[in-house]
Amino acid sequence: MVMFWVSLLAISILLYVLLDGVDLGVGLLFGLARGDARRGAMLSSVAPIWDGNETWLVVTAVILWGAFPLVYANLLSAFYLPLIVMLLGLILRGVAFEFRYKTQRLRWIWDLSFVGGSLIATFIQGLTVGALVEGLPFTNGQYSGGEVGWLTPFAVLCGIGLCLGYALLGACWLIRKCEGEVRDVARRQIPVLAVGVLAFLVVVFAYALAENLPILHRWIDRPYLFVFPAIGAIAATVLALSILNHNDYLPFHMVALVFMSAFGTLALSFWPYMIPSVITVDQAAAPQSSLVFMFWGCGVIVFPLMLIYTLVSYSVFRGKVRASGGYGH
Amino acid sequence: MDITALLLSRIQFAFTITFHIIFPSFTIGLAAWLTVLEALSFATGRPVYRGIFEFWLKIFGVAFGMGVVSGIVMAFQFGTNWSVLSKMSGPIQGPLLMYETFWAFMLEASFFGVLIFGRSRVPPWFYLFSTTMVALGTTFSAFFIMVNNSWMQVPTGYVLENGVFAPNDWTKILFNSVVWSRFPHMLLAAYLTGAFCVAATGAWYVLRKIYHAEARIMLRMGLGLAAVLMPIQLFFGHLNGIYVNTYQPSKMAAIEGRWNDEQPGSEVLFAWPDVKNRRNLFAITLPSPFGSLIDSDSLTAKETGLNSIPQEDWPPVVIPFFAFRLMVGCGLLMMGLAWLGSYLSYRHRLAYNRPLLWATFLSFPLPFIAVITGWFTAEVGRQPWVVYGVLRTADAMTPFLTARQATISLVIFCAVYAFIFLFGTFYIYRLIRTGPARRQFEVPHLAVPNRPMSLADEELIEEPSHLVAGE
Repeated sequence: MVMFWVSLLAISILLYVLLDGVDLGVGLLFGLARGDARRGAMLSSVAPIWDGNETWLVVTAVILWGAFPLVYANLLSAFYLPLIVMLLGLILRGVAFEFRYKTQRLRWIWDLSFVGGSLIATFIQGLTVGALVEGLPFTNGQYSGGEVGWLTPFAVLCGIGLCLGYALLGACWLIRKCEGEVRDVARRQIPVLAVGVLAFLVVVFAYALAENLPILHRWIDRPYLFVFPAIGAIAATVLALSILNHNDYLPFHMVALVFMSAFGTLALSFWPYMIPSVITVDQAAAPQSSLVFMFWGCGVIVFPLMLIYTLVSYSVFRGKVRASGGYGH
Repeated sequence: MDITALLLSRIQFAFTITFHIIFPSFTIGLAAWLTVLEALSFATGRPVYRGIFEFWLKIFGVAFGMGVVSGIVMAFQFGTNWSVLSKMSGPIQGPLLMYETFWAFMLEASFFGVLIFGRSRVPPWFYLFSTTMVALGTTFSAFFIMVNNSWMQVPTGYVLENGVFAPNDWTKILFNSVVWSRFPHMLLAAYLTGAFCVAATGAWYVLRKIYHAEARIMLRMGLGLAAVLMPIQLFFGHLNGIYVNTYQPSKMAAIEGRWNDEQPGSEVLFAWPDVKNRRNLFAITLPSPFGSLIDSDSLTAKETGLNSIPQEDWPPVVIPFFAFRLMVGCGLLMMGLAWLGSYLSYRHRLAYNRPLLWATFLSFPLPFIAVITGWFTAEVGRQPWVVYGVLRTADAMTPFLTARQATISLVIFCAVYAFIFLFGTFYIYRLIRTGPARRQFEVPHLAVPNRPMSLADEELIEEPSHLVAGE
């Protein structure tokens, strides 16, 4: 039962990163784009999906609370300020989507909210993962880092890295969904972003070696973990080739594969811990009676239905966005 | 333990949840009203019902979107500010919240898509079915939230195990009498909110002499529904009083402004509770046994006063005392309006009675005030407990939360909410002012089920000339 909920949690997080990563990334690139037509086309490419994507964040939160209350309580309170700022960033950018087209005079406010919200939310997500990898200060099972215990150079570095990563994901999405100028600009951005991400990975690895992070020991214990970086490397190579060949569809899948392998790497090097070296999966799990209750009422039928629903809504909006761009007017 | 951080966290929770409840209490009622309209349209085939349906569907979209957005915050705030509570009650409150999220997502998101796209693509009966499913989804949400909160009011079906509340009887948690008097009370409150908003809109149109046919239906149905539901609501309100009296004597004593044990009890109608000197000033009191009759359905029952409860277990008496009276006052006003309006409407005189039309138009805040003050009574009255009798609010807070963190978060919450919800409310206002368009309803380009607000896109593009025309 615990394994069942761990898997659902992992699926939800991965889906969130992949799906919302796309529209957060488009939000970041939106800040670099000029002109209403281009901006309109970029928004159209994510308009039908962004809200559904964010659902997976809420799903992640409720799975954490219901199935792993100890981790939910510890993580959310330890990351107090960043988390609240991230939520408000997500709200701002979500509402900006809706209100942007309802006004002409004040459109700049909503555009600013959209870019700012995307940037804040992405940076904080990277920061959080970075702080977790490095290890949060805990004393006797309770967070003891104070107000900014998560704020380390490494965490900031990861925040920047995720901004590059999501932007890369967003750019590949734009190539896939758009035509004309938007696509061409995105295609020019990809090599820059990809090199940025690569540089980031090298720095992270060097840092981890230099600081002798405990998470590295997992790699020595479990050499099979190297499968994931290998997949990532192959995907990156295919990505480079597909960009050279002006392929519209492959880059997105390859970047998604890179993200998946990064996620797999992280997840398996955390295992069996949920908060590295503090709380294990088994310690965090709710009593059996809670897990079983959720299994029958939510996990076994509703969750698969939600997956199917997500698939269907993506297939409804497959293909290129119409060149006229813009939505709602 | 930081006392200021505790106070700020409580203010923050109160602020965000108060903002949130405004939208669900409106949309739950509206979803039910949409179902009724669609059923009428299905049964009679009259186009006027279709017009009203499509008009309110757009308003539902915007309000629903804001409810979702403000609700997401709630799912995180338990962990950020109340980590001890969420650690201890996670095994019970977490699964209930998960049911709420999963089921609401399934029913609302999928069938709302049919409401937007389906008019020409699915048979009428399926369209009606989808409307019902959306209404059912909002009702499920309300149910699981009420179960969740009721467990905090009267914890049951659990054992304390390794410092956490481990559930051992879900049937008891889901189907106890407290849930089943509080859930209908909330549901009826939502229906009444919807009814009064609809009636007020109708009254506004009649006063402005526009949309005559639609306005009359809105007025008649809104007031008629309220006239029927208000007495039922009073009855469920009374059942709530009974549960409070049985399980939460400190809350009851505060609501009633009762200082000493009385047998049988008297009933304070109005007063100014002087907490320091433990007495009521300017009290208007019904003699005994009215207090026992109201609180215990009995002529002789003993009613507990605050003096026989240790002061550290008292709620802040003044808030539940006045919040409760405000709620009841709003309810009685609404009942009076609904009965008078329905009577006049039955005699075909309502459309000419301008004072009552104005009163109906201006009455739309009443149900919202009643809902909010009702929740204040329930939640502030439960203090100093977060889980009544088991866990104190002060012990439930994140132990390392500082006043500075709590101040920063509260300030940015207020700023962002004010910014967003002022705009949102303004758009709803503009939609309602514009009124039901008498033309073929078109789906806005790229409107999707996951973006309920997109339904209103087309109507809301700002055009200065259109603004003037609406006046």
